[in-house]
Amino acid sequence: MSKINLIVKREYLSRVRKKSFIVMTVIGPLLFAALLVMPAYLSTKSDDHNLVGVVDDTGLYYKSLQNSRSVEFRYLDMSLEEAREGFSSREENALLYIPVTHSSRQGEAVLFYRANQPSLVVQEHVRNQMSDRLERELIRNELGIDPAVLQGISPGINLSTIDMDTGKTSIALLTTGLGFFGGILIYFFIFIFGSQVMRGVLEEKTSRIVEVIVSSVRPFQLMMGKIAGVALVGLTQFLLWVVLTFIIVTVVQVASPALLDPAADQDKTVRETGVVMPQGISQDMLSEGEQVDASNRVATLAQGLQAINVPLMLGAFLFYFIFGYLLYGALFAAIGSAVDNEADTQQFMLPITVPLLLSIIMASFIMQSPGGPVAFWMSIIPFTSPVVMMIRIPFGVPVWEVGLSITLLILAFLGAVWLAGKIYHTGILMYGKKVTYRELWKWIRQSR
Amino acid sequence: MAIIEVKEVVKQFTGHLALDRVSISVPPASVFGLLGPNGAGKTTLIRIINQITRPDTGQVLFKGERLHPKHVDRIGYLPEERGLYRKMKVGEMALYLAMLKGLTKTVARERLDYWFKKFQIIDWWGRKVEELSKGMQQKIQFIITIIHEPELLIFDEPFSGFDPINQSLLKEEILKQKERGVAIIFSTHNMSSVEEICDQIALIHQSKLVLQGPVEELRRSHKKNEYMVELKNCLYPPQTVGNHRINVVNHHQKDGLLSMRIKVEEDVTANEFIKGLMTCGEIHSFKEILPSMNDIFIQNVSETPR
Repeated sequence: MSKINLIVKREYLSRVRKKSFIVMTVIGPLLFAALLVMPAYLSTKSDDHNLVGVVDDTGLYYKSLQNSRSVEFRYLDMSLEEAREGFSSREENALLYIPVTHSSRQGEAVLFYRANQPSLVVQEHVRNQMSDRLERELIRNELGIDPAVLQGISPGINLSTIDMDTGKTSIALLTTGLGFFGGILIYFFIFIFGSQVMRGVLEEKTSRIVEVIVSSVRPFQLMMGKIAGVALVGLTQFLLWVVLTFIIVTVVQVASPALLDPAADQDKTVRETGVVMPQGISQDMLSEGEQVDASNRVATLAQGLQAINVPLMLGAFLFYFIFGYLLYGALFAAIGSAVDNEADTQQFMLPITVPLLLSIIMASFIMQSPGGPVAFWMSIIPFTSPVVMMIRIPFGVPVWEVGLSITLLILAFLGAVWLAGKIYHTGILMYGKKVTYRELWKWIRQSR
Repeated sequence: MAIIEVKEVVKQFTGHLALDRVSISVPPASVFGLLGPNGAGKTTLIRIINQITRPDTGQVLFKGERLHPKHVDRIGYLPEERGLYRKMKVGEMALYLAMLKGLTKTVARERLDYWFKKFQIIDWWGRKVEELSKGMQQKIQFIITIIHEPELLIFDEPFSGFDPINQSLLKEEILKQKERGVAIIFSTHNMSSVEEICDQIALIHQSKLVLQGPVEELRRSHKKNEYMVELKNCLYPPQTVGNHRINVVNHHQKDGLLSMRIKVEEDVTANEFIKGLMTCGEIHSFKEILPSMNDIFIQNVSETPR
């Protein structure tokens, strides 16, 4: 077996066998699965039914407040005092009292409760229903228009975005989510595994094993072996996460299909793409009329998924995932070799972390204007391109831009490895010296 | 043919010359002492031989061939600052390091088994390195250095941190390697061990080679005509011996025996000197004092102006 393979193997096995790796591998999918399953689970469980007794002194609201999933109105034909006295013997959770007001434009109401305060959802529903009712009344009385007529002319706009080449519908939310999720993953991958490379180099340097090893292999081989070994660890972890998440979600779905039933289609999308849709707002907050829309939305979502160029997304993700890591991994290795202990890494970490952080900070801005100059430059410059291009890609990026970005990233990677190799070569055998940028420059110039 | 031959090697680091036209040659089956004060350039020379650093000019030949990456498998190196992978299992790590030196897994396994048993550390095979005592770690480091049966061994301060028992064990093994025909470069500050095991030395001082040659020859060439003499029936140290002026460095009487350390101011053979001595009294013992490597080291290093 060639020496670099031996190094890669050791780096890989020593990390994969660690307890922390196994723990992360198990906890990761559980978290992901929880993230996917919990909203659906909660929406079925939180069938928190509120019965609200209504004492209406104005008579305006009688039988005109609409029920929702969680709120049911019951109109009481009694005075407030009677209602309050008998409250504990009846089944209502709350009592809505609407007094007569002086202004016809101002509604007033009190929501009485005992022990359990009505949730914000209930309060919001009550307020909206009353406001709607009052609005209709005002439209009729002050403008002399029949609210039913007004409802008839309320315009509804349905905006679809369609790719002219493929004729497929896309859904902005889904594409955005996909790209953003990919970008975030790349960001975390670079940070977690890049710093693993750095710590590994530092460990070999401080334990002084490195001098023994570089008498057997070239320092460059040792560095590349470590970077490659850690990359494989990252890919393994990622793959295990995808597979385990898939298994957990499937098991949950099979075990209790009802749990995920209303959102089953949507959930499938989620599993296939790894994108978490805001399901939390779906069932519970929509009134009956909107439920139909929801199922339409699911259908459109599925359509939108088809619109996404899966091979392109996957290919781009893997490319930026690997090369982004390799670029930064080489730099992290150089840092690890230059210093004597982890505390000294700070000064050199800053210039590396800034572009990465910047790409995450700018992410939402880039999603708003994926074709703008900021997005363009950040997706071309190699230090930000892995994250930013991933965010941009779902919105459609001209081929030449992708090509340029890829070329520059590969070139930057080669440059970083070349530079890091020089720093590494001198650094790993240099002890007890406070290293400055000037010193690093000296190393780069003098090593051959 | 020499196993390793360094010819006129120059190595410059920014703002400082580490090696200035240094040449050494190490024949097989010999121990070559590489001496010099701290910062003289020994480590740089060792790293050049190990191909960790490249010389600016000059040549290094391994058995007559220009040094090539394939030669790293023929060299074993025990650095002064040495460590192990603390978190790895002992056996696994030893296998890894042995295989990095080009051994196949089976061969590495066999040989490690032999050495681990010989050094009585086989029970630690499955333990973590960090659980080992320092002495055991050093045994493992030694085993790893020689496991691939190299033709050139480089030991940098091998005895530091070893207890006396392990020191003699190590010395024995080093000499056994020499008997096998291995060329050994031995870098140390411990001059008594140099006298004990080195055949030749090279002294590097301020990046230059200041002294080189077989140990005995160097000691003889550095001799200062000093003798240790014991005379019977002689009450006072003599002023002259024969017609040679002498300087009695120290003397003492005990049980009718006068012991003296005498320095002869001029060149004289031992026989002539003894002839002169016989007139002073009965010679009980006579010994020429050769300077120790320690003296030679100090003399050569302090002669050169800083």
